[in-house]
Amino acid sequence: MMFRVLAVLWLALCGSFVQALSLQEVLQANQAAVEKASRKTVDAVLSDLVTAAAPGTQTFIEKWADRDVWMRKEDKLFFFVETDDKKTYTLLDIETGAPISEAQKRDLKQLKPNSGVRSVLASYLVQFKLMDPEPRRRAQALQSIERDPDESHYAPLKASIEAEDYPALKERKERLVRLLAIRFEPDEATRIAAIESFRGNLSVEARAALNPIVETQTVFGVPENANIARILRYDQGDIDQTTALRLASAAGAIMPQPSLPERKAALEANIVDGVVGGVPLHQLDRQAARDAAYEALAKAGAVPDWQAAQSEQDALAEMEFAVVYTEPSAAVTEAAEATLASINQSVGLYQALDLGLDALSLASIFFLAAIGLAITFGVMGVINMAHGEFIMMGAYTGYVVQLFVPNYTASLLIALPLAFAVTFGAGVAMERLVIRWLYDRPLETLLATFGISIALQQIAKNIFGTQARPLTAPGWLDGAWVMNDIVSISYIRIAIFVLGVVFFCLLLFILKRTRLGLEVRAVTQNPRMASSMGINPDRINMLTFGIGSGIAGIAGVAIGLYAKVTSEMGSDYIVQSFMTVVVGGVGNIWGTLLGAGLIGSLQKGIEWLNPSNTLAAQTYMILFIILFIQFRPRGIIALKGRAAGD
Amino acid sequence: MSSSSFRPKYGGGELPAGQGGAAPPSSGDAKGGATPRQPFIARHPSVLIFLVMLAAFTLGVTVLSEAFGTAILSTSFIKTLGKTLCLCLIAIAMDLVWGYCGILSLGHFAFFGLGGYMIGMWLMYERTKDIVTNSLANAPLPPTPDEIRDAIGTQIFGVVGGAEIPIIWYFADSLVAQLALVVIVPGILALVFGWLAFRSRVTGVYLSILTQAMTLALSLYLFQNDSGLRGNNGLSGLQNIPGLTDVPQSIISMWFFWASALALAFGYLLAAFVTSGKFGSVIRGIRDDEARVRFLGYNVEAYKLVVFALTAIIAAIAGALYYPQAGIINPAEIAPIASIYLAVWVAIGGRGRIYGAVIGAAFVSLLSSWFTGGGAPNINLGFYVIQWTDWWLVLLGISFVLVTLLAPQGIGGLFDKLVRKS
Repeated sequence: MMFRVLAVLWLALCGSFVQALSLQEVLQANQAAVEKASRKTVDAVLSDLVTAAAPGTQTFIEKWADRDVWMRKEDKLFFFVETDDKKTYTLLDIETGAPISEAQKRDLKQLKPNSGVRSVLASYLVQFKLMDPEPRRRAQALQSIERDPDESHYAPLKASIEAEDYPALKERKERLVRLLAIRFEPDEATRIAAIESFRGNLSVEARAALNPIVETQTVFGVPENANIARILRYDQGDIDQTTALRLASAAGAIMPQPSLPERKAALEANIVDGVVGGVPLHQLDRQAARDAAYEALAKAGAVPDWQAAQSEQDALAEMEFAVVYTEPSAAVTEAAEATLASINQSVGLYQALDLGLDALSLASIFFLAAIGLAITFGVMGVINMAHGEFIMMGAYTGYVVQLFVPNYTASLLIALPLAFAVTFGAGVAMERLVIRWLYDRPLETLLATFGISIALQQIAKNIFGTQARPLTAPGWLDGAWVMNDIVSISYIRIAIFVLGVVFFCLLLFILKRTRLGLEVRAVTQNPRMASSMGINPDRINMLTFGIGSGIAGIAGVAIGLYAKVTSEMGSDYIVQSFMTVVVGGVGNIWGTLLGAGLIGSLQKGIEWLNPSNTLAAQTYMILFIILFIQFRPRGIIALKGRAAGD
Repeated sequence: MSSSSFRPKYGGGELPAGQGGAAPPSSGDAKGGATPRQPFIARHPSVLIFLVMLAAFTLGVTVLSEAFGTAILSTSFIKTLGKTLCLCLIAIAMDLVWGYCGILSLGHFAFFGLGGYMIGMWLMYERTKDIVTNSLANAPLPPTPDEIRDAIGTQIFGVVGGAEIPIIWYFADSLVAQLALVVIVPGILALVFGWLAFRSRVTGVYLSILTQAMTLALSLYLFQNDSGLRGNNGLSGLQNIPGLTDVPQSIISMWFFWASALALAFGYLLAAFVTSGKFGSVIRGIRDDEARVRFLGYNVEAYKLVVFALTAIIAAIAGALYYPQAGIINPAEIAPIASIYLAVWVAIGGRGRIYGAVIGAAFVSLLSSWFTGGGAPNINLGFYVIQWTDWWLVLLGISFVLVTLLAPQGIGGLFDKLVRKS
């Protein structure tokens, strides 16, 4: 005790010399308030600590909040402690952390601030962190506020802007202050200004801050002095019956009526010798009879009164309900509604852009999957049901290459040409062995290639098993290109898009600018005339089929990168590919491009209208295509010549 | 369109003329131009042969069944045979539309499945009603009709998170109405789809893809939980006939077997009748050269539409008989692949012959269940054991390619050769 008095005296002396007090000294000056901290007293202690700004203050508050500060009972000095056995404690200096002496547990007392005190401490800590000389720690503090904003952060954050010398951090702080101001600013004008500063802002945080302001609840009647959003009348259909009944009966404006299950339970409870309310049990298999029985019971006073639903309707018809903002200030809610409307508008715009990008990437997948089919179908007039299995072969080629080449970039570079080679070979073999004999029987080509398709699918299943195999993209394809909180697109999809564009240009070049392309087009238009001009249609057919199949293989690698590689992946794409070709128009690369674009954007569009249900999207898309064929039976770009059929 | 009649055709999938008919009518008609028309059966001996064989088969199976004493054939095998007869019936429908009319429909299993769904709705509703009524019988108050309906709804649709009975189940309480719907729903779907497709002159491969799209759309729609038909759970417990809970499955299976045989017999007769007369000639003409038939003044679209809708109805009836024997129907049954298999059966059996379709369906589906059911012995190659459960589809695929390439007339074609030689 003596020591304490001395210490205080000494402190007072020091104070008069305007010399900086040490942390321990400041604490000793508020000894009782520190030892038995309460929410009321802790503020004074903390403001003293802040004024003194002694070194180690921040660490001390942190440790205090974490219950790591101990007091030696003997002299009431505060220490941090270290212990090995929970009996003997090494006391550490609260400023330097240097060990001072040892003590037994019974000589010490742990400070255990309650939760109220701890929350005050935490908010002071924020202040310290925001002023921390280390910019990295200031950024951390900002991040933790962003994650979990609280009223206590607002004032310290606002105060810390002045001294901030990092422009990036300053900007971040200012934005965060505006965000917090939306919720916690007491001055209405400032608050509205803060709200309006977020007009058109796309960030999730802005919406998260604004949405609570426009939160409403529906109440019975029209309360005075409330910030009313709108008034609902039951008779105008503004509010549904269940809600209206619940609110009205909660407010006591309507006697709550027993519901159907309640009435049934009441009937069951009042069965006397096989009779309820004068009605024999076996007659109670009609609702009318049950109602009569209940009324009889009600008349006898055995059960609560019940009027038919009509009277409820009449009572409700007179009633008004109000949608009331929880936020009391009308000006604030108005500003928030306006800001939210403007945000929603720009969100809508960007969502449309995002949808467009999605559609584009889906379209490029369809294009890649279908272009090979379009070539074989268009040039040779045969349908290749095994096309999907060529896609699968390409994907499995990629998978096998990755088993041998662990570097994903290298394996991808090997897999693309190898997949082309493998499926090119398979395509040529199939053309030579099967399709060649069936050129005058196109429907049977369909069935024969289907036979090949099921055989290939089952062989793949036998070799690779039924589970999905990974085809891992190289690291530089991971991640996504993020434009803002709404628009983002993964690099793989961009790569597939690029691949689609490359193949489009390549095929266009081959068909329009090379000898092979000329011959292919000649055979497409009139094979007999072409052969009399010295073109070998057999060779052209074989090459075309090989190229078409080879592209399917490359598409397989691309698809495998973002989807699963299974033996059934081909059949997932085959129908869509056919649709693409048929809608686009056979035998024309532009047609396939348009077809893929149409189907891709259509599918995404329908999915957007009904986001929970991709199955429905596919159903409606197919129905649309069936109808589309009505108007353009030969596709968007119709071809003349052999492929146009009869 | 018009150009095709002036230049050699590269499309169109025609069969050599004259080999198409069940029994080539041309020779008989040419000789007997002035003689009075012979009875239908006399003109088509193959029909009589088929019916006699079917009757003998049915009798044999009946004698060997569990229900009638000898119990050499198990109930599940009787069901397999009954299902096979239904598959033969839909194969006849496929042969009519493809082998005779040249429309390679890859959508007839959609009609088959729809027929199954229509009868399945009644079976499931009535059975659930029985169960619900029994369980509510012990309640203190006798149930009201509304309560029964609610309980049925919860029972049937609880699995897809619903309790309301959808509007499409409106007639599910009535057997007559649902039996009518077995014919009406697929018939109308076929009429609407066919009308849309044929009027815009979608032919050949395009039409095949379009029918496939229709099947895919239907199965995707049915896969949704809110389609009102229990999503991918499908309808189950169909082997239990409401009101006949006391009758053992061994007897019910025989009833369905007989019904299937009867339906197949009628289907065969109908198909033979339709393809024999002038109508048959016209649709074969459409198959071989649609444009020429149109130029002769026939309304090609109407003929195709009639054939398409008729075969859809036959398929639906086959489905309505098939699924009570299978016990369960779900949307996977009408995936596009099923319809392609159907085409495979008909092609292997030999198209353009009604008995070819029957042979193909029976042969391939029975062989398939033999191979996949583990009945076939595994082949040990020393370094690798071929297990048929894994390799059967490969065998089927390859043999299908071989049949298409080497024997385009299918098994029926071999029959024809044998008959002609003798």
